Amino acid sequence: MELELAAEQEMFADTTRKFLAEHMPVAELRAMRHDPAGFPPDYWRRGAELGWTSLLVSEEDGGGSISASPLADLAIVAHEFGRHATPGPLAVSNVVAGALSRSGSPEQRSAILPGLLAGQLMAAWCLAEPRPNDAFGTVTAQAAASADGVRLSGVKAPVEGAAQAAQFLVTARSGDGMTQLLVPADAPGVTVTPMRSIDLTRRFAAVRFDDVRLPRSAVLGEVGRAGSAVDWQLRVAVALTLAEMLGTMDRAFEMTVQWAFDRYSFGRPLASYQELKHRFADMKLWLEASHAISDGAVRAVAEGAPNAWELLSAGKAYVGYHGIELLQDCVQIHGGIGVTFDHDMHLYLRRLTLGSRLYGSVTEHRERLTAALEAQVEEESPDDDRR
Amino acid sequence: MTTVADDARPELEDVASFRARARAWIRENLKPVDQHPGEVAEFRTDEAELTEVARQRAVQRLLFDAGFAGIVVPRKYGGAGLTPAHARVFNEEIVGHDYPYLIQVANFSPSMAVILEFGTEEQKLQHVPAILSGDELFATFLSEPSGGSDAAGARTTAVRDGDEWVLNGSKIWSSFAWWRDWGLCLTRTNWDVEKHRGLTVFMVPIRWPGIELHRIEMANGPGHFCQEFFTDVHIPDANRIGAVDAGWSVGVRWMFYERSRESSPYITWWATGGGMAGRLGQDDLVRLARRSGRIHDPMARDLIGEVRADALVAEQTATRIVQRIRTGDLNDQAAALIRLQRGVNGTRQATVAFELAAGAGVAWDEADEILGQQGLDFLTRQSGQIGGGTTEMARNVISERVLGMPRERAGDKDIAYRDVPKGPAAGR
Repeated sequence: MELELAAEQEMFADTTRKFLAEHMPVAELRAMRHDPAGFPPDYWRRGAELGWTSLLVSEEDGGGSISASPLADLAIVAHEFGRHATPGPLAVSNVVAGALSRSGSPEQRSAILPGLLAGQLMAAWCLAEPRPNDAFGTVTAQAAASADGVRLSGVKAPVEGAAQAAQFLVTARSGDGMTQLLVPADAPGVTVTPMRSIDLTRRFAAVRFDDVRLPRSAVLGEVGRAGSAVDWQLRVAVALTLAEMLGTMDRAFEMTVQWAFDRYSFGRPLASYQELKHRFADMKLWLEASHAISDGAVRAVAEGAPNAWELLSAGKAYVGYHGIELLQDCVQIHGGIGVTFDHDMHLYLRRLTLGSRLYGSVTEHRERLTAALEAQVEEESPDDDRR
Repeated sequence: MTTVADDARPELEDVASFRARARAWIRENLKPVDQHPGEVAEFRTDEAELTEVARQRAVQRLLFDAGFAGIVVPRKYGGAGLTPAHARVFNEEIVGHDYPYLIQVANFSPSMAVILEFGTEEQKLQHVPAILSGDELFATFLSEPSGGSDAAGARTTAVRDGDEWVLNGSKIWSSFAWWRDWGLCLTRTNWDVEKHRGLTVFMVPIRWPGIELHRIEMANGPGHFCQEFFTDVHIPDANRIGAVDAGWSVGVRWMFYERSRESSPYITWWATGGGMAGRLGQDDLVRLARRSGRIHDPMARDLIGEVRADALVAEQTATRIVQRIRTGDLNDQAAALIRLQRGVNGTRQATVAFELAAGAGVAWDEADEILGQQGLDFLTRQSGQIGGGTTEMARNVISERVLGMPRERAGDKDIAYRDVPKGPAAGR
């Protein structure tokens, strides 16, 4: 979340904060543990009224943002989602809404966007695929287009919110190009199998498409030419995931600093032990650094800066690693209570851990950074390794 | 257009026209170079280093004569009397050109900065123009063998003797002191008061009777650090900076200048950055891995990506911390976060470079000199977490001054420094 929020953004953040404190307190969150959707229908609908689903959608489509940077506004919501480890497919709902608003036909937009924006219709983005195609960004599902329609085959997993979704945005391949399709969940040939997840309330499923036959009007944008749209969706998803991860880190760190002051051992507060103070100093650095790279990445994506992917990958690599170290050290400093279900720490650890694996792991993003450096060196001196 | 001219200084040249003038002069007088001169400089011999120093003094003289030395220093002390904005512009324009990089460290800041802030009128008139023209080069005599991070615990003693002071003791970690002319020296002048209250600062001529200078060999080869031993060194009272026993107020500012030297208006430095010899960029890690044949090894690639991420994160972090300090969101002690991050990243990068060098990091032939160097540099990996205040000190500052946790118990408060426990190593 940006350092200096405009007054409107501050108010916007506060509204979501208050709503979550009232309607999804920790006790309610725990009660949703076995709920198939992870939240009551009314929760999402009311969140949508607060703007959770409409920020990346143009005003003519019924959306609109708080500031000049819709993504920054949405990152504020994502940050609060992390702080509260609250349920709901925030990133994917916005990715689908934004993608529709950006490249949907008038029919597609009018059929899906109103329900999506009102929080009455759930949509899911089918991108990731199971082993052996589970590397970040790998797409092998096939969309074969002909004059009378498109045939879709493939398996997508994990797909967030799939069991609750009425609409899927499916990213598939047509030859060398990417094709995106809008597939009704009840289309013949679609099978949804719920999965288990590390998060308490975020729900995932595997979605199988067995030669699903769709009309040409199901294509979002053009057949074989969705590459840049998919790239935009990925940038948004990574940026929002980062913002959410930061929310969990903020909350866990606050709880643990407070604990260090309140908890006494051998007649003195934990905060007075130099060994622990030094670990808090390291954690404070990781936290500030994570905020810095997350904000920088959100800004770069919003501005369409050429280094956006580099910052996103740096963020995902850094926060994915140090965020988890921070949370696990917060658990350690809490001692025994920190590894129980009764204590809240695991709610944030779960959410952060989930985020660290969605949209590219630490290793995958490090590899991207290395490949980019390599390309840079190659450009300067292609013969370097033979020198 | 940017203009800093105001009523108080109607004659002040505006920044744009200063830029144009600086650009024209730099192009006319300074050699264009591809890389930051410090990155390619490697002194095989002392003679080569001294030749380069002499050359850089001459270039400094050129800058001085043209009015580009001491851009923010008042004119009566030989400077240009302009603003930090002008200094920044000069640093932008000098990118891609040779300049006297070797004489920046310690000399213009903190030394000249301290003299300007605390020196008498006579001292400023005598030394500042001489520093700006390259005639006098200063080193800093701050740390002592008895303890680096505890600067106020100085034990080098100055005892008054009429119009003179007699110095005894030792200073260490003074960069390039063997070819510098003067040292700014923190001494203890009163052992009977609390630690911070008995210090005094002097300007010491380095080649002076009673001063013995040793050069310190580092574990990875020759370095620029020196140690000085003072035996009954007589210094005139006129060389004293600030009041007797008030040296810590000078010391606090001295260390501020030390910490902020990269953003100091007294320092000429490529605005784009640019390091000294041996400092690796992340692209160099790719070159190392190619050289050692590990570039396709996923483990090696993971390490390179990790260091690259750390570097990108560090850039963003520095900007964020500075901004948060400026808005009052964090207090200025939060700068310790940046120090900690640099230190930790530096050691990690050295470890990764050594890892990428593979076997050639410990035994290499002539063709693999660059890989062997990673092994040697690995030996001094911790330098970046030691010099300029250890990372342990930074962690104390962050936990105590930023997070508000209880302070460590100090054994040197409210008692005469004479009575502070100094341990069996004292006097060594």
